[in-house]
Amino acid sequence: MDPMAAIKQTFFQECEEQLVELESGLLRMEDGDDDLETVNAVFRAVHSIKGGAGAFGFDELVEFVHVFETTLDLIRSAKLAATPAVTKTLLRASDVLADLVRAAREGGSADAGAVKIIADELSALLGGAPRQDDDGKVSVDSLDFEPVCISLDSIFDIGEPEAPATQDFILRFKPAVGLYAKANETLRLLRELGRLGETSVECDTTEIPLLTELDPEGAYLCWTIHLTTSAPEQQVREIFEFVEWDCELSVETADVGKLLEALQESLEPHEAPPAPIAVAELRDTSVATDPAPTSFAAPSDDHPAAARAEAAKGEGSGAVQATIRVDLDRVDRLINLVGELVINQAMLSQRVSEAGLSRASSVAIGLDELEQLTRDIQDSVMAIRAQPVKPVFQRMSRTVREVASMTGKSVRLVMDGETTEVDKTVVERLTDPLTHMIRNAVDHGIEKAEDRIAAGKPEEGSLRLSATHRSGRIVIEVADDGAGINRARVRQIAVDKGLIPAEANLTDDEIDNLIFLPGFSTASSVSNISGRGVGMDVVKRAIQALGGRISISSVPGRGSTFSMSLPLTLAVLDGMVVTVGGQTLVVPLTAIIETLQPKKESVHELGSGARVIATRNTFTPLIDVGAVLLYRDEPIEPTSQVALLVESESGAKCALLVDAIQGQRQVVIKSLETNYGHVHGIAAATILGDGRVALILDVDAIVARPRADMIVADMPAAAE
Amino acid sequence: MAEAFSRVATSEAKEFIAFHIGAQTFCIDIMAVREIRGWTPATPLPHAPNFVRGVINLRGAVLPVVDLATRLGLTQSEPTARHAVIVVQSAGQIVGLLVDAVSNILTLTPDAIQPTPEVASEIARTFVKGVVAAGDEMISVLTIQNLLPEPVLDAA
Repeated sequence: MDPMAAIKQTFFQECEEQLVELESGLLRMEDGDDDLETVNAVFRAVHSIKGGAGAFGFDELVEFVHVFETTLDLIRSAKLAATPAVTKTLLRASDVLADLVRAAREGGSADAGAVKIIADELSALLGGAPRQDDDGKVSVDSLDFEPVCISLDSIFDIGEPEAPATQDFILRFKPAVGLYAKANETLRLLRELGRLGETSVECDTTEIPLLTELDPEGAYLCWTIHLTTSAPEQQVREIFEFVEWDCELSVETADVGKLLEALQESLEPHEAPPAPIAVAELRDTSVATDPAPTSFAAPSDDHPAAARAEAAKGEGSGAVQATIRVDLDRVDRLINLVGELVINQAMLSQRVSEAGLSRASSVAIGLDELEQLTRDIQDSVMAIRAQPVKPVFQRMSRTVREVASMTGKSVRLVMDGETTEVDKTVVERLTDPLTHMIRNAVDHGIEKAEDRIAAGKPEEGSLRLSATHRSGRIVIEVADDGAGINRARVRQIAVDKGLIPAEANLTDDEIDNLIFLPGFSTASSVSNISGRGVGMDVVKRAIQALGGRISISSVPGRGSTFSMSLPLTLAVLDGMVVTVGGQTLVVPLTAIIETLQPKKESVHELGSGARVIATRNTFTPLIDVGAVLLYRDEPIEPTSQVALLVESESGAKCALLVDAIQGQRQVVIKSLETNYGHVHGIAAATILGDGRVALILDVDAIVARPRADMIVADMPAAAE
Repeated sequence: MAEAFSRVATSEAKEFIAFHIGAQTFCIDIMAVREIRGWTPATPLPHAPNFVRGVINLRGAVLPVVDLATRLGLTQSEPTARHAVIVVQSAGQIVGLLVDAVSNILTLTPDAIQPTPEVASEIARTFVKGVVAAGDEMISVLTIQNLLPEPVLDAA
């Protein structure tokens, strides 16, 4: 990858982060948080995007961001109140901004119409002044400033093509207070100029008021730089690219024609206006201020080297980077290696115990320590991949806004537990199914305002998105307070489509779950929002592919809740190692409630062949794992076996009969699908200490099996 | 002269790995072969077709093993450590083929491969691409794709 592309990529990564910051800040503002820090955080996010976008020449983006930034600046300076209407516009502006960033990244272009609408709305907030320098607006000289800007552009046009080998430039640079407020520093700019060629710098200190009148955060200095360089004018200007809105800058080539001299003369009067900076009335919270007497001493002498040395000192005290960016592939490779290490370590332990060494021997003790360390390393490595679900959740708030405005509904998204961490892969692959569910909930779940009022509910619908850790898994819920599932209709559709027989006797739960059936798509509900060819069956499959389960519960008139349970990681699992029919199997520990020794009197026959086991006066179906997996043909006597009482994700309990329990162990999950395919009743495979492959039991599939005969095999579906 | 001839031959020729199952000899294109290893006990897979012996651990990857004898409808013998597993790759899938023994590497030009004689056996027609005469022996050239188990679709 060429270096430019790499830097660009970093810029876009940072943009993503800034957009997340921006949106979360705006959402807090929408919730009535009028803390200045929040506004500042939002402002900073927009400002950083502007800076980077300018550097890469994404003009469309810069133009929009500038308007956006100016609006935010007004709010920051309390000139514009952050009313709900304003924050709504800002939120939509952030959506547009995200689109623009994406367009810039993918080289396409954003929906110009939408950009225009929002840009106009923002401009309207600014009081009809679309492109104004933020300081210019409050200071008198803004009108003087504009023509300077334009005439210099024309200089630039003339100047560049005839750029000689070396050129003398005269730069006049007068920072406004905003430049310091945005943590830019004149010293660095001057040093950058020094790198281009020979410079001599003069500082005009005439505007510095008496100490008693001096505003510590004010800007009083003006520099004139004579630069002799072979660099074209554009390169000289690029140095000021980040600050061009916050300063007065003129760049002249000393040897351009008379026209320019004339222009230069016309500039003179504006060059030293009596402190145009009405500094005092400018808010400005930032601390960046020019340490007046010391810092211009260095650059104003004639030696760039000295200036550089001085500047280097300043750089050393820069902010410490708290995070690093690492390529995901590297982390994955590390995780795989640690997985191998765990297997190898287990193998080693087994060999040692086979060799007859006592557990007290120094080798065995050393191995125990190694095991502890291996586990710690594994946990730490997994933690690298763990990510909060927040970014995905935040993306949903946009989906809600869009769908709500398209359907003319008013919906509020409440988020809960966004900081819950889960494996990055899970986070990434959660976006699509979640987006679809959110769309569905807003489009179909929540009723129209008039229906809501008629039902005695608040006009604004509420959508709750929550994440929690529950017994080693992450549970994500999407709950709406809408009308709930229309069971009669769902049932009718399923019958019409031949998904269930007309006389099927289904529980409410089973009817609700019909919407997950493939082919369940209600033509009447296909709208341009939900009806994008993605049914709930696709959602279900996406969740299942992550090793998760999805279920729905619905109360008519009160709303529906989709609940997804996902593994925290796709790499390791705590399991109970058991023997069934001479084979070694692993049962996920999270599913196991307790282990039982079946007694003859507690096992009862129910119907033909089915058996239940009584535990503390409840009867639980008894399933012979060996028979289900066809390891043996003959049912065997339960009393000779061990029963594992397990609970599936849906809450169904079951007792699994196994021959013996070997122990408990953390295993590395290996896909069976890569080289073979899915096996019913088996979730994945792993490699045990002896180097052999053991299969990991899919408890839910095993538990669901007896029930599967009642309803057609499985149930995915389209929109409700 | 002879040297020139062989050079012409090798430019079009392909290499094949020959192996025995029972009394018959077969061969497959060497380009598909990743490695050859000894037999280690496999973990059987439930609901698998009878020719899938199970899965083994190939340096951390889970590798299904196809019993070629069963697949080709020949008499199956209980594998021992002397049996060989030819690890082949096809369309991103890695699979082990259980054979009695690997015998040889053959260099064959396309015209050395004769079309499969018309026989009634369904299996012969499905898996055998052609036959090669080697002395008084006949070697069947197998197509790998058809040997592998169909990727099992998630029925659940």
